[in-house]
Amino acid sequence: MITSDPTASQTAGAIILHVNGEKHALTVDHRTTLLDALRERLDLTGTKKGCDHGQCGACTLLVDGRRSLSCLQLAVAAEGREITTIEGVAGQGADEGELHPVQQAFLEFDGFQCGYCTPGQICSAIAVIEEHAAGWPSAATGDVHPGAPPEPLTPEEIRERMSGNLCRCGAYTSIVRAVAHAAEAGAVRDARDEEAAA
Amino acid sequence: MKEFSYRRATDVEGAVALLDADPGARFLGGGTNLVDLMKAGVESPERLVDIRELPLDGIEVTGDGGLRIGATVTNSDLAAHPEVRRRYAALSQAVLAGASGQLRNMATVGGNLLQRTRCGYFTDISSPCNKREPGSGCPAVEGEHRNAAILGASGHCVAVHPSDMGVALAAFDAVVSYRTQEGEGELALADFYLPVGDTPHRETALPPGALITAVTLPPAPVRSRYRKVRERASYAFAIGSVAAALDVRDGVVQDVRLAYGAVASRPWRARAAEAALLGAPAAAASFAAAADAELAAAVPLADNAYKVTLLRNLTIAVLTELQQEGTAR
Ligand SMILES: Cc1cc2nc3c(=O)[nH]c(=O)nc-3n(C[C@H](O)[C@H](O)[C@H](O)COP(=O)(O)OP(=O)(O)OC[C@H]3O[C@@H](n4cnc5c(N)ncnc54)[C@H](O)[C@@H]3O)c2cc1C
Ligand code: SF4
Ligand code: FES
Ligand code: FES
Repeated sequence: MITSDPTASQTAGAIILHVNGEKHALTVDHRTTLLDALRERLDLTGTKKGCDHGQCGACTLLVDGRRSLSCLQLAVAAEGREITTIEGVAGQGADEGELHPVQQAFLEFDGFQCGYCTPGQICSAIAVIEEHAAGWPSAATGDVHPGAPPEPLTPEEIRERMSGNLCRCGAYTSIVRAVAHAAEAGAVRDARDEEAAA
Repeated sequence: MKEFSYRRATDVEGAVALLDADPGARFLGGGTNLVDLMKAGVESPERLVDIRELPLDGIEVTGDGGLRIGATVTNSDLAAHPEVRRRYAALSQAVLAGASGQLRNMATVGGNLLQRTRCGYFTDISSPCNKREPGSGCPAVEGEHRNAAILGASGHCVAVHPSDMGVALAAFDAVVSYRTQEGEGELALADFYLPVGDTPHRETALPPGALITAVTLPPAPVRSRYRKVRERASYAFAIGSVAAALDVRDGVVQDVRLAYGAVASRPWRARAAEAALLGAPAAAASFAAAADAELAAAVPLADNAYKVTLLRNLTIAVLTELQQEGTAR
């Protein structure tokens, strides 16, 4: 049964990647990582390659809304998943051209120096704010018990949650400030939206 | 990297059939260890069977008040699950102490248990290594071994298992369920990892081609804790860790679970320490005596004797914290 199946021994194949709301058909050698497929085949070079071994976070993007490392993900294994890269986080449609609040905060608070780690930092931070809002604990959370009062997104929490993103320039202090600001601004916006809806 | 074929399985039977117990094939979980090792040339499978779409991503409370965790549950979902946080806090803490948010979103329970050692000689294919190349020797014994094992090692391999999650699972008496073409099977975590002996390349008792399907935890003392020591504050592997659960009544230890990480080729259940603690007064002196009972068997190398002191101090600290937490409530 398996041997008669031609795909069983193929080492390359045609795939469709869903990136930033668009479908891209391409043929990939199975060895191609998602990172290389984006950068070298789809010209989406915003996602950066730092270590290529899962150790630096430069290649962070969102897969089905969750932050992931594209250097340890095979492109063929990403087929069927919704991929959002740094090119896709800014406003779409009516909000076209409007930066994502986290991007805006990185600009305002100088959350970068050379900028190489920044796309990964921003994608990671977007998810960090959502994970925290969803009540996910972190290693900096004192009490993981689900009944414990929610912990605020303190600088200590941000540092722990962002620890998978290294910055060779050492822009950490302003990165933490930018993330804290974006989280606060988001909370204020959410409260306003809720009020408007009520 | 060698070329390989790729298939996606959608059901458990199909996944096992696709792998077909072929030594040249591998299941692909999150890929965070396997893809990395393929890049390094340590792993060179001819076929990959992607198992992330298997319906094994649920966590259920079992009839006896334990928990059954599917093998493809991500490390993030495991750590965030309310029942894990409520009943097995040390497990949530252990997972959160490992890797990074990105990696935990990708990594699966099955893959975490089967991740390979981070011994630098193992991942460097230009170097000899008994685990990677049986019979080629173990340069770590005389070479770089600051993070090597102090318990249960042999002259053939002194590598440590890097998992944090596994340490909590060891403390909680986890049972691993698996599936092969012959049917279903189970292994207590205590029997899951093989002793090192002269076969460090054989790491687990899983039969060839087995797919891990779930990990089941029996009920455990509610007060538990995981503490990890590493060379930087976050995003680094342990150089020593402790998972503990403690139940104290009238100042006497009624039930205790203790496991150590980064000290052996597997998550190390500290049975001698547990035996010393049962029925003993829940006080610092008993905690120290228990640690000493366990660590009497330690055989450190030239550069890793610090781990004996580290584990002793960690044991006392974690048990003291649990004891104080209990009297505070
Ligand atoms: C930079 C970095 C830092 C890290 N830090 C830590 C840390 O601090 N603590 C820690 O504990 N871990 C750490 N890790 C390791 C990480 O936790 C593991 O790589 C991860 O848990 C493996 O899970 P996976 O699903 O990605 O496995 P994969 O890479 O997909 O698979 C690993 C192995 O398991 C096999 N496999 C997977 N699932 C099954 C199954 N269901 N049945 C049978 N076989 C299966 C695969 O064939 C493969 O051989 C780190 C990793 C990186 C890259
Ligand atoms: S300690 Fe084990 S993994 Fe490391 S070099 Fe020796 S045999 Fe290889
Ligand atoms: S490039 Fe992916 S983590 Fe460094
Ligand atoms: S801004 Fe240069 S690496 Fe972070």
